[in-house]
Amino acid sequence: MTGPTERPVPEDSAPEQSAADMVGSTPAPESTIDRQVDSPYGTERRGMFGVAGSGDTTGFGGLVREPWTPPTAERPYGGYFDEIVDGLYEAYAQAEQAIQKVVVDRDELTLHIAREHLIGVATALRDDPSLRFELCVGVSGVDYLGSVHRLHSVVHLMSMTYRRRVRLEVSVSLEDPHLPSLTGLYPTADWQERETYDMFGIVYDGHPALTRILMPDDWDGHPQRKDYPLGGVPVQYKGATIPPPDERRAYK
Amino acid sequence: MSDTTDQYAPSRATTEGRVFNLSGGDWDSVVGGLGEFHDDRLIVNMGPQHPSTHGVLRLVLELDGESVTDLRAVIGYLHTGIEKNTEFRTWTQGVTFLTRADYLAPLFNESAYCMGVEKLLGVEVPERAQLIRLILMEINRVSSHWVALATGGMEMGALTAMTNGLRARERCLDVLEMVTGLRMNHAFIRPGGIAQDLPDGAVEKMREWVTDIRGEIAGLRRLLAGQPIWIGRLKDVGWLGVEGCLSLGITGPMLRAAGLPWDLRKTEPYWGYETFDFDVPTQDGGDCWARFLVRLDEMDQSARIVEQAIERLEPGPIWVDDPKIAWPGQLSIGPDGMGTSLAHVQKIMNGSMESLIHHFKLVTEGFRVPPGQVYTAVESPRGELGAHVVSDGGTRPYRVHLREPSFVNLQSAAALSIGGMISDVIASVGSIDPVMGGVDR
Repeated sequence: MTGPTERPVPEDSAPEQSAADMVGSTPAPESTIDRQVDSPYGTERRGMFGVAGSGDTTGFGGLVREPWTPPTAERPYGGYFDEIVDGLYEAYAQAEQAIQKVVVDRDELTLHIAREHLIGVATALRDDPSLRFELCVGVSGVDYLGSVHRLHSVVHLMSMTYRRRVRLEVSVSLEDPHLPSLTGLYPTADWQERETYDMFGIVYDGHPALTRILMPDDWDGHPQRKDYPLGGVPVQYKGATIPPPDERRAYK
Repeated sequence: MSDTTDQYAPSRATTEGRVFNLSGGDWDSVVGGLGEFHDDRLIVNMGPQHPSTHGVLRLVLELDGESVTDLRAVIGYLHTGIEKNTEFRTWTQGVTFLTRADYLAPLFNESAYCMGVEKLLGVEVPERAQLIRLILMEINRVSSHWVALATGGMEMGALTAMTNGLRARERCLDVLEMVTGLRMNHAFIRPGGIAQDLPDGAVEKMREWVTDIRGEIAGLRRLLAGQPIWIGRLKDVGWLGVEGCLSLGITGPMLRAAGLPWDLRKTEPYWGYETFDFDVPTQDGGDCWARFLVRLDEMDQSARIVEQAIERLEPGPIWVDDPKIAWPGQLSIGPDGMGTSLAHVQKIMNGSMESLIHHFKLVTEGFRVPPGQVYTAVESPRGELGAHVVSDGGTRPYRVHLREPSFVNLQSAAALSIGGMISDVIASVGSIDPVMGGVDR
């Protein structure tokens, strides 16, 4: 069990920079290969029962489960998904570079977006008459421990005009956890980006006041990261000691 | 005035000038002692223990006289790590945590999460389970609106609204307690079904509830809808239009009170809502008064839905037809309280070794959910309650995030309050109806 992650988080979030500026001054584009989406779900799991160091007494020790990566969707995506992607290609000139991967899974469309194009894509999605995603439903994060760009910022958008939903996913690495803030486009992203920063340490450049929101201001680490322990104390009951939940033997 | 001798107003120099901390004492003597400083801006810290800030909400107000010139909401006092905790329990146990997020609408938290898990699993619960979920949600919506109106009334000084409202809420909780066994934090809706079937007499009780609650709603309408002080406190206070609501991401009664008939039960129907006959009440005032009226009307509509739904209840299964997901034993009331039914215990302890193994595996290990991510949303009493559920294929959730309408809607506190009177802050924040359990999770 690793302790709370203590990594220096650059705090140059440039609050005076507006969303419009962000579109113009895109950061130096990284090579596309570098930014390929490697988003396997979870880490490799070995064995069955979460026991380590005592030899394999279960017979399941050789079991290996590979992390699962969602497959790239093929055209036609089905439903209204094609219209969204086509509309985005029409409304945003750099859509080819912006969309790293399209995933259609369980009737939901996920667009993996390169971070330098997030503002452009979101602007097109919000303003284009054929798209009209007026409502930013939510911003949250997921930590896919084990992949290079392990921190994912997930944005759910809703078009009230067409009653459609789309999910934008931007992945960043721990060393460079920066992506542009959506607060200039959707003011509702304010607290939700603060929460994602608080819980995952994803830094939203251009956010007006990116501070902790749920945890105390002087808290160390980002609690929702996968390498941050749950914490807790062992419980004694009739002489036996039950370890805290994240140290108990658990099925994998 | 000396800086150090006044025990009621110690002061310190800051970059913004001299700041006086006041925590008590007679106002006139304190302000008189400040000399020329008393015209300067006054920052009042309201909460987190203030009785009219809806639980542990802290508002930092900047005042000019009694007018609010700035407002900042400080949250996090009730953060309990619900989302993180679910990652260390089975999918079924996750319900027990999430139900405690928005504690006035627990059945909605359970529904949003279970809908997500079921979507990941690719299963659909039987019709009877859907209907029972739907009835419980609507009763829960009414009970939540009663708390909103009761506490909102109490904060305005309308104490009869509080006593009447909490009495009416008890009627709702009586039904929920009869069906689920608990008044709050039910953990009744589980991935794949519901914990147990309706007990004997539940349908009669619900029918009685529909009549009773209509009487209570009419009573509150008579009590408050024409009350001049109540109207004076709410009308034209805390205005927010449709554009403001959309840019701040506000859904639910606040959005409908601004005039947009947006209700997920109509726009993205789930669990058979499209087959029910009900209206989406709207107002176009966009103020606290409009929100009060929308909530009143919504309770009537919920009673309508429950009335129709209980007529459709047919006997049938309450779990998905998949023994690898459905809970193995039914619960029942025994001489020593509620537990697994005696018939099931006898079967696994005396009859079938395989059943015992199956029960043990499913209860301790749980089931595996195929990897992927989904977002599912229900219309909670406060707006769109969404669950972003991610699975890595294991027996425990990889990540669960609740898109909490209380959390999102509370961002509008500043927009509603700035420029108004300090007394209107209470009315405005009350009309948002934030539940801090949901805000902080």
